[in-house]
Amino acid sequence: MPLNLTIVTAQRTILEEAGVTKLVVPAAEGQITILPSHAALMSSLGIGEMVVFTAAGAESIAILGGFITVANDQVSVLADAAERIEQIDVERAEAARARAQSRLEGRGEPPIQGGLDVLRAQFALRRSLTRIRVARRRAGGATGVPASR
Amino acid sequence: MAGGGAVRGIRDRIKTISSAAKVTRAMELVAASKMRRAQDRAVQARPYAVTMRAVLAQLAAYTAGGGDASGLHPLLQSRDAKHVSYVHITSDRGLAGGLNANMNRAAAALILEHQPRVERVSVISAGRKGRDFFRRSGMEMLADFPELGDFPNFEDVRPIARLIIDEFVSGRVDQVFIGYQRFVNAAVQRPTTRQLLPIVAPSDAELGAAGASNIDFIFEPSPEELLATLLPRFVEMQVYEAVLEARASEQSARMVAMRQATDAAKEMVGDLTLQYNKARQDSITGELLDIVGGTAAIENK
Repeated sequence: MPLNLTIVTAQRTILEEAGVTKLVVPAAEGQITILPSHAALMSSLGIGEMVVFTAAGAESIAILGGFITVANDQVSVLADAAERIEQIDVERAEAARARAQSRLEGRGEPPIQGGLDVLRAQFALRRSLTRIRVARRRAGGATGVPASR
Repeated sequence: MAGGGAVRGIRDRIKTISSAAKVTRAMELVAASKMRRAQDRAVQARPYAVTMRAVLAQLAAYTAGGGDASGLHPLLQSRDAKHVSYVHITSDRGLAGGLNANMNRAAAALILEHQPRVERVSVISAGRKGRDFFRRSGMEMLADFPELGDFPNFEDVRPIARLIIDEFVSGRVDQVFIGYQRFVNAAVQRPTTRQLLPIVAPSDAELGAAGASNIDFIFEPSPEELLATLLPRFVEMQVYEAVLEARASEQSARMVAMRQATDAAKEMVGDLTLQYNKARQDSITGELLDIVGGTAAIENK
């Protein structure tokens, strides 16, 4: 029996898919793969690419933190933010990446003050890189298991 | 002639009222379309809320375990309430019938209920109508979040949740309530108040079929750590939910109020038109009588 997957954010439902054969998830503790009949699981999610495999192929979705629960082949993802390929604003993500990178290299405005700012910039960088990586799937079409986060 | 003045007066009033009716009719249409959108947003936010409640109920069942309150997450710990804060969600603009007045009344009732038992009650307002009400009555205002707009995003609402979590965790505030107009349907909105902090974790019993605490979950990381990341989100989600409901209620209340205003104006125009025709006829009859009377007087000479 395939997995039944729903991905929701506070604002809307991102994806509802009943025929999922395999799921690769950026869990907080590392990437995990979920197959049908997976043990009941509750985990927090990191920032990364999620790949949804169905009979029709694979789809990449950018997941930017949240939770996942798996129980009885029902998978619910409560994402802080999630974007499908066509929803990603590549230009914005590129701009965010450039901004975060220059801040981390100490060139940005306003300058980084203290560890919290570094952490913020690092998170911004990871979010933008995830969006860019997922968006690139659109052009290439080839979706596989994502490279290390 | 005297009759002519009355006729003109009535005609001017008809004109004024008709143009007012045009304005209220336009406002009704705008509110109707905004209501559909606001309602749509509230519906779209629901799956997240439902799933989160279910997850929280499961987690809470795992972590509550010993019944020892000190081990609980700070956002779940209830303590002696000295300072109660109340988040008051109203609209920024009026012309929505009794919507904001009803909300203000419900809020005042909640505050009056708590005031005798605690040292301090403060208000956090989101919406001009509620802010003005509590300012006038001299309540302590902890913060104000004006102009959230007709269709606020999750990110717009987050600062409210952030503030109350900070105040609560730092111990400055011991209990937080929220009040908003719940959207029942296009004709009915209900003032609703509920406790935000400390969090009352939903139980499986109230969730019905959605709960499943008999499942043996693997937790990654530990249930306590999961709870610690989930609970602030839960508060944010509840504030967001309240604001979305309040916005849908606002538009539907305005739509109904404007429809009533349009109907009332149309009725007045109807009555006035009748009066106008009567007055016009009276003045014509008067003129005719004058002419007839005048001619008769000449012929009789």
